[in-house]
Amino acid sequence: MSGFEKITSTFVPIKAENIDTDQIIPARFLKATTREGFGQNLFCDWRYEKDGSPKPGFILNDPIWSGEILVAGKNFGCGSSREHAAWALADYGFRVVVSSFFADIFKANALNNFLLPVQVSEDFLQEIFARAEGNHNLLLSVDLASQIIRIESGGREESFEINAYKKACLLHGYDDIDFLLSQKENIEAFEKKHLFSQF
Amino acid sequence: MSRTLFDKIWDSHVVARSEGGPDVLYIDRHFIHEVTSPQAFSGLRKRGIPVFRTGQTIATADHNVPTEHQDRPISEPLSRLQVEALINNCAEFGVNLYGLGHPYQGIVHVIGPELGITLPGMTIVCGDSHTSTHGAFGTVAFGIGTSEVEQVLATQCILKEKPASMRITIEGKLDAGVTSKDLILYIISQISTSGGTGYFVEYAGSAIRALSMEARMTICNMSIEMGARGGMIAPDETTFDYIAGREFAPHGEDFQRAVAFWKTLHTDEDAVFDKELFFDAADIEPMITYGTNPGMGIPISASIPSLDEMPSESDRLALEKSLKYMDLQAGSQLLGKPVDYVFIGSCTNSRIEDLRQVAALVKGRKKASHVQALVVPGSQQVRAQAQAEGLDKILAEAGFFLRDPGCSACLGMNEDKVPAGKYCVSTSNRNFEGRQGPGSRTFLASPLTAAATAILGFIADARELI
Repeated sequence: MSGFEKITSTFVPIKAENIDTDQIIPARFLKATTREGFGQNLFCDWRYEKDGSPKPGFILNDPIWSGEILVAGKNFGCGSSREHAAWALADYGFRVVVSSFFADIFKANALNNFLLPVQVSEDFLQEIFARAEGNHNLLLSVDLASQIIRIESGGREESFEINAYKKACLLHGYDDIDFLLSQKENIEAFEKKHLFSQF
Repeated sequence: MSRTLFDKIWDSHVVARSEGGPDVLYIDRHFIHEVTSPQAFSGLRKRGIPVFRTGQTIATADHNVPTEHQDRPISEPLSRLQVEALINNCAEFGVNLYGLGHPYQGIVHVIGPELGITLPGMTIVCGDSHTSTHGAFGTVAFGIGTSEVEQVLATQCILKEKPASMRITIEGKLDAGVTSKDLILYIISQISTSGGTGYFVEYAGSAIRALSMEARMTICNMSIEMGARGGMIAPDETTFDYIAGREFAPHGEDFQRAVAFWKTLHTDEDAVFDKELFFDAADIEPMITYGTNPGMGIPISASIPSLDEMPSESDRLALEKSLKYMDLQAGSQLLGKPVDYVFIGSCTNSRIEDLRQVAALVKGRKKASHVQALVVPGSQQVRAQAQAEGLDKILAEAGFFLRDPGCSACLGMNEDKVPAGKYCVSTSNRNFEGRQGPGSRTFLASPLTAAATAILGFIADARELI
């Protein structure tokens, strides 16, 4: 996987808070055995009528809103641990999700799929929502290297936190499993003295 | 230095630690199921690597299985493919599978404890957020994503930053008819669905100590619904008595040695938590949710909050949106509200004790004719035990249908769904929009409340029937 560079893009704002992973991708779509194709069912029950036609009020069905960044209300990704939620967002074309708070498991899943969760202050989040009213061409830029998110052009900016290891993974396209496999000797040595090998 | 129970278990599983980076955490037991594992096995195949420790990996089929006629081929083609993929992956990689038809098959968080696979002091993961259930035994247990399932299959380790610690102490005695489900719904209603995010929770206090293992599992199970990474309870005699004699638990002298170690698994007296919360058991009534997240709960006799009670604009909007979905009025009461379905099951409340409570309440009564009542046991062993005790007959006479084990209508991946617009009182863990089927409307409650509601046909306070 290639590295994660600075992204400057328009965005899709969804103000709702506590968006759970059942909304991001409902359970009935979890029957696949591959990682691909979940984007078409992203937010399915908010996005489509029962007959499959698009629901007119939902933002993903409004062509004036687009971009590689999703901006959502606090506690995004709560509920089920399904990584399919991160796969669906990435498959749809999002590379960054901005919120004022992320659920733990979703955050880990997103990072493992090179989808960057950017946690901002509630105040900053509300400013993005406010500035987006009537301005669907507004740009956000997210610079992982310097850990800065900015409302363009030249608007307010804020720094965001990311674990140094995960940052390096994203910047250089590293993978957790490669790292863990490199630890094999340590793991085997640990097992020899580990208590549960005695029961 | 004084340490918490969580510190003791986590720290004893750290293989390697680096400055600013996550810990390499060793995993003692890894449970897998058909829905979140196929892509992980594909990853191993792509890298050309085996499952590192097959003996510490346990598989079952639960999320996507029918709860009727499990002896026949699965009729839904995608579900069949996914269950077959699990069978093939387990055979190819040498993983032990308790699949459909096996006497140990069941919901992953029910079978681990009942088989004695889940033991105090362990680290346990599974590609399912309700893995926190196993914390009832004094384990560090948490849900993971599929990429992490692949990591654990490949190396028996996971990369994780150590979370902050929280202790929730509940003192006092629960009233008759108030269950551990009510206790956990109460806590979540007090601290919200994100109140525990970033924390690993230890539950303590006399109200917790008095609970059975089944009841403790219900508490730890729903830790994730307050956002917590996991929840745990220090092991005690109740724990040791539950484990003794179970199939994969240590036996004889090994058991005695194990108990001696397990007795060291408690938080030191002066250990410091990052956050502490205190509740009084006497304040807790039977609880029920009215909205579309598990934090939107009220005592069963209370009214749904009114819009002007909401502390912020965003809370008001969230309440409005939820009530619109549920077709309920702010400020109204839920008691007496007619329902269409009652679901008793899920990894939260499908154990033998839950079925005993339900059977005791419905014995000699009949369910209301307009209510469909599903009882889905957590495992084949729970089902067999229920039959051995004659609970199946009591349930059948009351018009309840005891099905085959699985996750069922908790998440509606199989045929067991609540139709759009219909109301269901459910003993499961999530009332999200569409959780039990597109358009379904869920009220979360205890098995007693669910049973009483099925009998009367409307939301009821079980204490009036006990």
